[in-house]
Amino acid sequence: MAPNPAITVEDLSHHYGERAALDRVSCQIEAGSITGFLGPNGGGKTTLFSILSTLLPIQDGQVAAIGFDLRRQAGAYRQQIGVTFQTPALDRRLTVHENLIHQGHLYGLSGRSLSERIAELLTRFHVANRADDLVETLSGGLKRRVELAKCLLHDPQLLLLDEPSNGLDPGARHDLWQCLEELRGDRGTTIVVATHLMEEAERCDALSLLDAGQIVASGSPSELRGSIPGETISIVSDQPEELRRRIIEAVPVEVRRTGELLRIQQADCQGLLHDLVSRFSGEFKTISLGKATLEDVFLARTGHRLAGEES
Amino acid sequence: MTHTAITDAVTVAPTGCAAMSAWLGIWTLTRREMVRFIRQRSRFVGALAQPIMFWVLFGAGLHGSFKAPDWATGEMSYQEYFFPGIAVLILMFTAIFSSISIIEDRHEGFLQGVLVSPLPRWGLVVGKLTGGTLLAILQATLFLLIGQVMAALNLAPTMSTTLGAVNGALMILFMALVAFGLTGLGFIMAWKLDSVQGFHAVMSVVLMPMWLLSGAFFPSGDSGFLAWVVRLNPLTYGVAGIRRLMYSGGGVLPVESVSSGLPALSLCLAATAVFTVLTLGGSILVSRQAVAQRSTRDSTRRK
Repeated sequence: MAPNPAITVEDLSHHYGERAALDRVSCQIEAGSITGFLGPNGGGKTTLFSILSTLLPIQDGQVAAIGFDLRRQAGAYRQQIGVTFQTPALDRRLTVHENLIHQGHLYGLSGRSLSERIAELLTRFHVANRADDLVETLSGGLKRRVELAKCLLHDPQLLLLDEPSNGLDPGARHDLWQCLEELRGDRGTTIVVATHLMEEAERCDALSLLDAGQIVASGSPSELRGSIPGETISIVSDQPEELRRRIIEAVPVEVRRTGELLRIQQADCQGLLHDLVSRFSGEFKTISLGKATLEDVFLARTGHRLAGEES
Repeated sequence: MTHTAITDAVTVAPTGCAAMSAWLGIWTLTRREMVRFIRQRSRFVGALAQPIMFWVLFGAGLHGSFKAPDWATGEMSYQEYFFPGIAVLILMFTAIFSSISIIEDRHEGFLQGVLVSPLPRWGLVVGKLTGGTLLAILQATLFLLIGQVMAALNLAPTMSTTLGAVNGALMILFMALVAFGLTGLGFIMAWKLDSVQGFHAVMSVVLMPMWLLSGAFFPSGDSGFLAWVVRLNPLTYGVAGIRRLMYSGGGVLPVESVSSGLPALSLCLAATAVFTVLTLGGSILVSRQAVAQRSTRDSTRRK
């Protein structure tokens, strides 16, 4: 449990008709941390994100965030949060500067202090030279930066980001995360990220794995990885079921299959790897050996892969 | 970035001045509607040129078969009869098209950005409706002026309209009331609709008949089924109100003429006000409901 929680969620459930998108979710998010919700599409993270950003009402359960009860104080809470969605919430027919002016007005900022704040953020995100360009002429990476500048205008205490790397190339991703880490460090901003990308999840301070509307595991990325002991051999094959049967006949190990991927977990895999390569060479596309990844943790807890392939 | 700069920026908007902030938000949304409109010139042409064409072509084509309604005390060409109807058509097109942009805003994500901001929902509604209304009266006024000029230049039949400056101002206020109501109606529909295509379907089934049966296109009789539909149609009072104001200085329509199917100005005002209050209330009510979102729908679809 977080000693100084910025967000406390208790028994939160949400239904779309009959289907439960969130099923009695409880969690705490430490103030001043970057916390990730990792899960496949449809796992419930977007619903949780929508509730935290007040786009969806709370159907059942309690959510308290940065000192506000989301059921009763949504208005005051909105003044203190910054939200970015999967697609940038910018008006593409307006210029970068106009978008930020409108945003400032929505948050009650105006006049010289708003202009100065806009100039400061545009400089910080290296988009000051594009201030007078229409948003529709900007690349995906630049739009994301403008979006981030936009949601930081009113200096929010809490930043909610839904799939922030969506549409970004690796360089832009790196810049984005550097910027998030700076915010957490300099301003003590609490940052919540919903993602289905392992790479993004690895950069969080704390993670909750969300699947089928429930939190299946929580902890720091290294804690989670440490929960799976030993090493893992991963084999990709065109005929996984056939290969799986033959491996089990040949060596006494447990082989798990997910789609075309076979996985073997045990304390020391090096000898086994050599053995498998010499016996079955030509029957697999790739074979690799590694420490447990977050993907392995997810697989171990849920029985299926993050990418969404059901076993 | 210095700490003080941020603190200064934020102290400008303490949550205590929520009402002040709301007006700032409303103003900014209204301004955005105007700027977007000006940047899309095709919208301007579509919303003004098409109705002028209708007016000229239908006016010329139907002139021969048109019989002036009973309340007209003098000669009245079809074009003159049709004149306020076209003004209302412009109000309707512009108002409704500006609310369609709610669907576009939602798809582009801009709407979600406003929904998570501190601007109350009524502020969002008023901002959107005011923007649409301003655009609508701007264009309708332009049409009324162009029409008069065309009549004066013999490009259209002479009209006996008598619209002075004072009544012109009254006319603009009345048109604003009509446009606000229509934008509200569009808002209610657009909030719940998923696609612009869906909106077009609603437009041809609900909005066009509403306009056709408002006395804009043809005078309705005093009895029968159609007369009742026309009487119950809120837009009837918008058209009649503009018609009455057009002749408020005299002309083919005597000021005191109340009978023969044309509602009195006071009734027009009252009915339009009720319609506008209802659609404004309806808009605020629907805006409190969760808006359909792409991301949520995606996750719902995938079981």
